[in-house]
Amino acid sequence: MSAPRPGGYRAAAREVLRDRPEVRTSVLAATHTFDEHRRASWEEIDADAWRDWMRDVKSHVLTHLDVYLETAEARLEANGVRVHWAETAGDALAALGAVAEAHGVRRAVKAKSMLSEELGVNAFLEERGVLVRETDLGEYIIQLLGEPPSHIVGPAIHRSVDDCRHLFGEKLGTAPGASPEDLAAAARAALREDFLSADLGISGANFLVAETGTVALIENEGNIRLSTSMPRVHVALVGIEKLIPRLEDLSAFLQLTARAATGQAIGTYVSLIQGPRRQGEPDGPEEVHVILVDNGRTRLLADERAWEALRCVRCGACLNTCPVYRQTGGHPYGWAYSGPIGAVLAPGLLGLEEAMPLPFASSLCGACAEVCPVRIPLPELLVYWRERAVEAGLVPAAERFGMKAYAAVATKPRVFGAAAALLRHVPWELGGRALPVLGSWTAQRTAPPAAPRTFRSIWREGIE
Amino acid sequence: MRPCSACCPKYRAPDVRVALFATCLGDAFFADACADTVRLLRRLGVDVEFPEGQTCCGQPAFNAGHASAARRMARHTLEVFAGADWVVLPSGSCAGMLRAVFPELLAGEDHERALDLAERTFELAQFLVQVMGVDRLGAGLAGTRVAYHHGCHALRELGVHDEPLALLRGAGAEVVAWEADRECCGFGGLFSVKLPEVSCAMADRKLDTLPEVDLVTSADGGCLMQLSGRAGRRRGRVPAFRHLASVLWEATSA
Repeated sequence: MSAPRPGGYRAAAREVLRDRPEVRTSVLAATHTFDEHRRASWEEIDADAWRDWMRDVKSHVLTHLDVYLETAEARLEANGVRVHWAETAGDALAALGAVAEAHGVRRAVKAKSMLSEELGVNAFLEERGVLVRETDLGEYIIQLLGEPPSHIVGPAIHRSVDDCRHLFGEKLGTAPGASPEDLAAAARAALREDFLSADLGISGANFLVAETGTVALIENEGNIRLSTSMPRVHVALVGIEKLIPRLEDLSAFLQLTARAATGQAIGTYVSLIQGPRRQGEPDGPEEVHVILVDNGRTRLLADERAWEALRCVRCGACLNTCPVYRQTGGHPYGWAYSGPIGAVLAPGLLGLEEAMPLPFASSLCGACAEVCPVRIPLPELLVYWRERAVEAGLVPAAERFGMKAYAAVATKPRVFGAAAALLRHVPWELGGRALPVLGSWTAQRTAPPAAPRTFRSIWREGIE
Repeated sequence: MRPCSACCPKYRAPDVRVALFATCLGDAFFADACADTVRLLRRLGVDVEFPEGQTCCGQPAFNAGHASAARRMARHTLEVFAGADWVVLPSGSCAGMLRAVFPELLAGEDHERALDLAERTFELAQFLVQVMGVDRLGAGLAGTRVAYHHGCHALRELGVHDEPLALLRGAGAEVVAWEADRECCGFGGLFSVKLPEVSCAMADRKLDTLPEVDLVTSADGGCLMQLSGRAGRRRGRVPAFRHLASVLWEATSA
């Protein structure tokens, strides 16, 4: 099977809808719950003011990234953290591989990290003989299934409790009637062995505080705390857009991100990592590495419009509210990030051609913009990438010429009026042969009943 | 940006002149709804004109990324409605295009004119409530159970939510709660034919959650085409789908 790519979006979406209707059921229900919790949690605070503030802080950092990156590097090193710079995914993996090799790592535990998905960390390490174990419950489930995450925050959102019951029965020997608590207990027992035997812990970062060199991580299960403190070595993969200026900024970011993601006032565990174990400290890793990853981010930052997408804090709120995402979950998008933010990041991080047709995977309903905690203008950016795609000749020639012709007709009222009159007599049901656009409509919908007369002619005859 | 009917009494004077923008879908597929818009406005004493030069606002092109084609149509529309006091559309989506997109799309010399047009442009229910100050249109919907679909652009670009509901309730309708009433129907212009499977799944979500009602209505013809088109291909009951303009006109004339 070839690796999923954005180019397979339509076929993959069609397949999920046709062959796996239970995915839609699971995703609709879970995203609805997430979104309702977010809504309720935002009502407790002055969410609009918080969002303005977060947008402004993130924009400030992104437009002064050089300064903050230098500060962060200096502080991290002063804290005893080893800093690596990675321009590409290959560079990031090489840095990680070198650390693993230097320490003779055989087993690694991983805290949930979307950047690691973007980079392909698991496959890379496994090829080098390192056993990698995902420790977030959702990630653990999909690792056992051999699937990529379907959602930024809830990676197994497309799976039901029954799926897990079946999976854990097979892999962990749980009883056929196991309760969700039983299943979680079985995973906990299995993962404990992994935490105790791992030589390397790999995490991402929700935020990197420049002024103090603090890696901040939000979670609910405690697995990130364990992954980053039990093994001898901890490597944090950090996208360069994760910076925030000051420690005092962190409090608001932690809270609004949690509220946007799950409706919690704050994550159950928040880890603030300040470097390796110091003398006299009873626990913590001997070495902490931070790999600062670009992988297309500076190129996106240079884009006069789309740079705003780099404000994203990966809360998943736009996925939860997106009616397009909610029909299929994240797999059809064909890469790490799905939903509206995935469609906006893809052209920036993967390149426009590789990202097609994701910018078109939206009805532009605008629901995402209403919930983004950092106010990324997602619908506008989707239109922006569409415009770039048209300019680059990445849409079918028939559509480009069709639109030009349509504009030409629409600036000549008499011709347009005649065309509108004709439109009522288009053989919709034969549309597949007459015009692919019409066939695409009528394959699963009835044709609109044509008005007996156009409004134009009704007007001319007079309206009583 | 929104003109305020409360502090601008001249807008409610008897000599209100409205230019109707029927829109391309309205002209070809919702001609009756456009005619009912005219009837409704005339009943309220409004002088309605129909500038014959009107064509398409350019939204299908704009949303699909064809900015220069959209810009041509936007400029044309700007010319056609240059002299109008008010422009009223029986479409939230096209009204959103004129109000929210034109000023961005038309930079440079046309920007001021686009802003001016935006301020004079209203979706029908929005116009009736905000400008005309109407809250009651007869009681012709008494006993009728209605589901209202909020078109995305009316809701999010125009901020129109309460207006159509107030008009329906004012005419006696019972507006029935609908879990997915503010979710997108999956039309989205070219989206509906570029990604028809996802588009239809979106319509299904609307239809699956639809309560028992006498009719489904909306201010957008495109959404109604999508929902009724999909309902016609599914098993089971097909509810009545009517454009808001026609529903309100019948309520008024009953």
